[in-house]
Amino acid sequence: MKVLVGVGSPNDSPAAIEQAIRRAAMVADELTVAILSPETATGKSLDATVAAILDEQEITASTHHIEEQPGSGLVDLAEAEGFDEIVLAGGQTSPMGKIRIDNTVEFVLLNAHTTVTLVR
Amino acid sequence: MNSDRRYPETVSGPFEKPTVRFTDREDREIEIRPYDGSESEYEALAEMYVEFDPSDRAQGIPPGQESRVRTWLDGILADDCHNLIAWDGDTAAGHSTLVPDGDDDYELAIFVLQDYQEAGIGTHLIESLLGYGHSEGINCVWLTVERWNHAAVSLYEKVGFETTGAESFELEMAIRLGEDE
Repeated sequence: MKVLVGVGSPNDSPAAIEQAIRRAAMVADELTVAILSPETATGKSLDATVAAILDEQEITASTHHIEEQPGSGLVDLAEAEGFDEIVLAGGQTSPMGKIRIDNTVEFVLLNAHTTVTLVR
Repeated sequence: MNSDRRYPETVSGPFEKPTVRFTDREDREIEIRPYDGSESEYEALAEMYVEFDPSDRAQGIPPGQESRVRTWLDGILADDCHNLIAWDGDTAAGHSTLVPDGDDDYELAIFVLQDYQEAGIGTHLIESLLGYGHSEGINCVWLTVERWNHAAVSLYEKVGFETTGAESFELEMAIRLGEDE
């Protein structure tokens, strides 16, 4: 199965990114990590975080930068390159502990034609 | 979570402050008072959440297993949070809480056990929590609510919350209790 894991939503912690990548790798024959580029994060440090996770977990994956809106960029990439599933970190919580669905996750859930997995 | 959150310009209140005693619509004598940090009150609250109807969960809380309930309670009953419990004798019937968000503001949540809903307890729990919070120096409070939960949204609007974010799955609402320093 060809799996696209999107990391780097504004609320994604390094732990959430690692969990999403590990979960995606479990089901993927071919894995691509899409690094989203929200205005709040610097693309460079996220590249390093992802590279370190792939190295430590001994996961083989290609990486891809999403330069446009993260939600539509992920959906476009999944359609253009025939991915079977999109995996996202989906367990961000408020200080109270409420699960929050950010705009990227919402866009992908509503617009993707593939299966979408939210990792908790 | 969003330091750029907008708050209403108008100050709401004043609100009642705990301790609050009243007779609910089912003729039960209810007392609302701050959580005292004791083991017995903690256990009563844990029991309330273990009994909580799963269909009344909101955005993943309260959690579904007792061990997760306790982990969650440990976080929101910490010293920097503000908690009120509505008591029917020794039974915890409801709970309202303010949790700091790291930006000097507070996130609010309120829970009423199923047998005690629609009896006026929720209104007192939220109003007395806002009064309590203001007396503790809190000016700005926010919450999120599932947009289909009209009963909750109506309650929040009644006490003065305004919708500040509607572009996400959940509505975000906020209230101002005092002017910024």
